[in-house]
Amino acid sequence: MNAADPANDAVPANSTIPASTATPDPAATARPRTLAEKVWDAHLVKKGEDGTPDLIYIDLHLVHEVTSPQAFDGLRLAGRPVRRPDLTIATEDHNTPTLDIDKPIADLTSRTQIETLRRNAAEFGIRLHSLGDAEQGIVHVVGPQLGLTMPGITVVCGDSHTSTHGAFGAMAFGIGTSEVEHVLATQTLPLKPFKTMAINVEGSLRPGVTAKDIILAVIAKIGTGGGQGYVLEYRGSAIRALSMDGRMTICNMSIEAGARAGMVAPDETTFAYLKGRPHAPEGADWDEAVAYWQTLATDEGATFDAEVFIDADELEPFVTWGTNPGQGVSLSDNVPDPASIADQHERAAAERALDYMDLQPGTPLKAIPVDAVFMGSCTNSRIEDLRAFASIVQGRRKADGVRVMVVPGSARVRLEAEAEGLDKVFEEFGAEWRFAGCSMCLGMNPDQLAPGERCASTSNRNFEGRQGKGGRTHLVSPLVAAATAIRGTLSSPWDLEQDPARESVGATTEGN
Amino acid sequence: MEKLTTVTGVAVPLRRSNVDTDQIIPAVFLKRVTKTGFEDALFHGWRQDPEFVLNDPAYAGARVLIAGPDFGTGSSREHAVWALRDYGFAVVISSRFGDIFRGNSGKQGLLAAQVAYEDIERLWDVVDADPGIAVTVDLVARTVSAGSLTVAFDIDDYTRWRLLEGLDDIGLTLRDADAIAEFETHREAWRPKTLPVRRQQ
Repeated sequence: MNAADPANDAVPANSTIPASTATPDPAATARPRTLAEKVWDAHLVKKGEDGTPDLIYIDLHLVHEVTSPQAFDGLRLAGRPVRRPDLTIATEDHNTPTLDIDKPIADLTSRTQIETLRRNAAEFGIRLHSLGDAEQGIVHVVGPQLGLTMPGITVVCGDSHTSTHGAFGAMAFGIGTSEVEHVLATQTLPLKPFKTMAINVEGSLRPGVTAKDIILAVIAKIGTGGGQGYVLEYRGSAIRALSMDGRMTICNMSIEAGARAGMVAPDETTFAYLKGRPHAPEGADWDEAVAYWQTLATDEGATFDAEVFIDADELEPFVTWGTNPGQGVSLSDNVPDPASIADQHERAAAERALDYMDLQPGTPLKAIPVDAVFMGSCTNSRIEDLRAFASIVQGRRKADGVRVMVVPGSARVRLEAEAEGLDKVFEEFGAEWRFAGCSMCLGMNPDQLAPGERCASTSNRNFEGRQGKGGRTHLVSPLVAAATAIRGTLSSPWDLEQDPARESVGATTEGN
Repeated sequence: MEKLTTVTGVAVPLRRSNVDTDQIIPAVFLKRVTKTGFEDALFHGWRQDPEFVLNDPAYAGARVLIAGPDFGTGSSREHAVWALRDYGFAVVISSRFGDIFRGNSGKQGLLAAQVAYEDIERLWDVVDADPGIAVTVDLVARTVSAGSLTVAFDIDDYTRWRLLEGLDDIGLTLRDADAIAEFETHREAWRPKTLPVRRQQ
């Protein structure tokens, strides 16, 4: 980051510690290295010289219908094949309907885009999981569930939430369509090394506080630009205590702090998640892989370019009030007053945001009524997320007038949820139980907010119009989404009436 | 990609920070399968407001966009770059860019010029005082000039070189095809493969 840039004020001076300025030299293997540096070094095809970037090998390329058509066109125009179809996998997620999936897609442009992916996959020999297939779903749910995402690999996809896969100790980041074409053609990317930032989260989360609250607090602390140019490594006892689903939620939103990638060092939790999945290594390969994965954690004495500290003990359920993910506070707070914000850009952005969100400074967040609750997206649509939501809504009815939509991240997650009877829990609660896809996170399919509607959403972006033109988004955890759906106003699980029969709520959701 | 050395044209002052790519081009326009024709989609939500700066006839035919900090954050959609380019912009100036947006710009011949924030404000003032004034962006000298004001901009050397030469990234990388093939010979057996398909037991 440019130190002269006043926008850097978004990073509180006391939360970052400038550290080593030493240039990484992969040849000097004796030097203590971070997790990110180790993965980078292991993928160097060619070291850049004289200001040219390094050439980095890509282990896994995930493809979906929205950011790939122009890349395949580029290959055709240049007469280039896909170099490694065996390291490439495609699925349909952004445009797919979550109702009537056995019928032709009603929106003609959506249908064309999906048919284009099907044609391209057939022509270039790429494995595709189409709507209706048991492995179809959001690309960032599908990769891990198949066991393709694993520690120590590089993962790219034409989608900024590719950072999700860093939860396994992979280097995973989103790319643009030109880079999609580049990876299809060469299985590499020219890249300058990222700087490293440690996000230390120590302590224990209280019941009702989850991974989503950690990452929303991190983004509020460092700002939407705070991570630009960095790969974030999430560390500390609170991260170690999280399940893989929780770690994915955190890494997923690294991009919302401006960082292309976020990582967690692999450990027994990671290995236990992976073992036995369809594409996880087997036999001697598994043993060799685990032995290597155990060497990946950041070395004692390695230095980060910056460090941030978060106290997990003090975290509360979090919520955003504005139109960027850094505009968040504890749910027990009030809507902030822009006049109290020192930085002029932050203040102007807050004024615009409150205007768009139709909120008054000083209003208690918990007094804000919602029209809709969206439970889904690559941030929070895995089985544990659905279980967490179900643990709160079980045996209850949603608030009158609130539309509640539950969208599993993949067809496989949907099957798993139904095997556990979660679909019945949701339906008895009054929620709509849908088929898998990105859905109302970005409203490319029919799942959209109407203008002016307000939604508590477990997704990742509260940008203007993101969930539908004129729609207003509050980002929350699955537990907060559930409590909000019950009460009809933004609510934490702590606000629900105590019921002795529900003592298990905290216990079942702590790991999430 | 065409070579780019200098750009002279009308500059639009966009006095907003955190302009995410959802604002540059809403998701509904990402359903298209073409790479051109996105000019109508640029800032689609904001353009519904007659007061929005792009609707000011003084800025018709603009080539340079001068924006607040954190331009191009959020989604990886390269459509944001295509929309800016199709509208006619050749240069975007900001004090800080989203990483993916900046990368996408470099691949598509859109110059993302990083200018210190105090200089952005000076440029805004010059343009506001004389809407439609010609602004010149010189990639060789790394400067932006408007009237009597000239300020410097940052761009990494490699991107600058590629823009000046109009070089295709894939072509450059394929010069290293042998190194890539050599790297692949010692790729460990445990690393993921999507083919052949393995199904859940």
